[in-house]
Amino acid sequence: MADSISDFYTLPLDDWIEVVVKEWLVPNFRPVFQALQWPIDQVLSGLEGFLLWLPFPVFVVVVPLIAWRAAGTGVAIFALSAVLFLDLLGIWRETMVTLSMIITAVAFCVIVGVPLGILAARSDRFAGLIRPVLDIMQTIPPFVYLVPIVMLFGVGIVPGVIATIIFALPPIIRLTNLGIRQVQGELVEAGLAFGATRRQLLFEIQIPLALRTIMAGLNQTLMLSLSMVVIAALIGAGGLGLTVFTGLGRLDIGRASLGGIGIVLLAILLDRVTQALGEGAQVTATGEKRTFKGLFKGLGKGRQGGNDSS
Amino acid sequence: MEHLYKVFGPDPEETIRRVEAGQEKDRIYADTHSVAAVADVSFTVEQGEIFVVMGLSGSGKSTLIRCINRLIEPTRGRILLDGEDVVAMDADALRELRAHKLSMVFQHFALFPHKTVGENVEFGLKVRGVPSGERRDKAHRALEQVGLEAYADVPPATLSGGMQQRVGLARGLAVDPDIMLMDEPFSALDPLIRRDMQDELLALQEQLHMTILFITHDLHEALRIGDRIAIMKDGRFVQTGTPEEIVADPADDYVAAFTRDVDRGRVFRMGRLSHEAPTVTPDDDSATARRRCDEHRVAGLHVVDADGYPLGILVRADLVSAEDGALRELMRPDYPAARADQELIELYGACAQGLPIAVLDEAGRLQGTVDPLRVFALLAGDQGEDETSRRATAAASLAAREE
Repeated sequence: MADSISDFYTLPLDDWIEVVVKEWLVPNFRPVFQALQWPIDQVLSGLEGFLLWLPFPVFVVVVPLIAWRAAGTGVAIFALSAVLFLDLLGIWRETMVTLSMIITAVAFCVIVGVPLGILAARSDRFAGLIRPVLDIMQTIPPFVYLVPIVMLFGVGIVPGVIATIIFALPPIIRLTNLGIRQVQGELVEAGLAFGATRRQLLFEIQIPLALRTIMAGLNQTLMLSLSMVVIAALIGAGGLGLTVFTGLGRLDIGRASLGGIGIVLLAILLDRVTQALGEGAQVTATGEKRTFKGLFKGLGKGRQGGNDSS
Repeated sequence: MEHLYKVFGPDPEETIRRVEAGQEKDRIYADTHSVAAVADVSFTVEQGEIFVVMGLSGSGKSTLIRCINRLIEPTRGRILLDGEDVVAMDADALRELRAHKLSMVFQHFALFPHKTVGENVEFGLKVRGVPSGERRDKAHRALEQVGLEAYADVPPATLSGGMQQRVGLARGLAVDPDIMLMDEPFSALDPLIRRDMQDELLALQEQLHMTILFITHDLHEALRIGDRIAIMKDGRFVQTGTPEEIVADPADDYVAAFTRDVDRGRVFRMGRLSHEAPTVTPDDDSATARRRCDEHRVAGLHVVDADGYPLGILVRADLVSAEDGALRELMRPDYPAARADQELIELYGACAQGLPIAVLDEAGRLQGTVDPLRVFALLAGDQGEDETSRRATAAASLAAREE
């Protein structure tokens, strides 16, 4: 007696997927996917080149200053120590490569995710459509899509960034959608009642009021991309991930730990700064607006007169 | 606004058919799972008047006001504004209309928390594309009108509720609208502040003569503010009329239940009671005066000069006790007087003298008189009585006193 259906028949889904990917997707669409790489490659190599070109002392000054302006003295002191410590460990170059990967991935997540989130907020149908896709993206183990990514994009740092984007995209879409839907109905009505177009409504009212939630999404996206650093190294991305990966391969615990420490320090720093920016996105009690623009304007002036952090 | 309907639910056509057939709201809902939030409402708002729609929650008043600027799409009907049908407008025309002709004040203020007070007030002008300098001037003027020009640069969250709603009002005023839609603007405020705001609105209206459609659930507010009032229930207008008409003559028990505890002294005005005054001229003799008193069954009559200005009052008791003589000597120079638009509550003191109250026009000429007893009869009048029987009661009581 048979115990299970598969004794009689096994659905050859694995074969089908293989056929679809190898014999249809790859030969027909490889050029399309290759073309998709181009903008990512441009941003990534530009950013990486720039970060590696900047002399180290610039980081010692600028990183704590940004941290101070955005998140206050404590984070600024932490930022200064982290920068010095990373250089002391001899993993500065790797950190910069990873940082440029992360920034590129997050930038593309924002470029793609925020508009999709806005669309989802405007149309229940689109929201319903995109929701299962996001669920799949968030639950499927990244290892599953590493193989097709390699087939379509090849190996290297750009395919690594693409894998990171797929992994880190959902929260910013979800939270943009949520943030816009949470804007009070009466405020939207007020906008419409005074004759605002949909565009004016979006930029004057919905996005500013959703900014805090959108920034929380950005923070999530950032953290998820950091957690992809090591996995991306499997398909040829460099940086701290590679340090961990090679350490792992050689059972070199020391080397792997260095990479791990680098990732953790980078993660904490980016998390604190983006979280602080998210909280500052709301008008503070004194009416001072802490935005990106305000952040950079303030960098020149300093805040409370004290320049203790630089 | 003509035969306006808004139906929420799956089967609007059937629902409207049933509303037209006069079915009850509950029954319609049970059969069609639809609610006619606004059911066959028609009314006209005149230029420069405050038209108040009063109803309890769920009566459809908020839906009604949102149909006018189509924040909610009406299911059927026409809304004519300067001869143009708002319901038939396409998206662009509608936006133009909202930006130029209509503005709205909201129950919970609906100020944008990420903008300063000034930017909030400028909002309507900004979406219209007014250049920023002009925008700021107009916003400043609007803020001056509500007395908040000093607060232009603070975020609205730092202001008190009353001040926030003033900003909401200024935002509505800044676009210089043809019609202001006010959706329970003062309902979220404390009673004292609410009163202040009502006074302020009335004072602004004195200067600006806006056309205002005002929604409220508070009859007292409606009576204070409205030039005309519509009482709304289950999506229909139960009664439309001036405050005096509503209180004096409620259309049904529902309206009567609201008006029962109204301070009638604040609703009715002297003009309502005023009737043609029996008068004498200074050259008449006292016998004529006495006869006239008896004819009209009044306790006193006014002496007027040739141009109609009152000179004084003759009291019947004086006329009876006095020998024939010149009226000038019998006449008392002090007499209670009022204007036709004064509320009864202001005249209780005048009534206490027991003499007919002279109702004067703006130039000070005698327009009519009011018997003080009728003032109290009107105040005490309970809803069951109609106007004529009330008059009869008053006349009877006077006659009894005369005997």
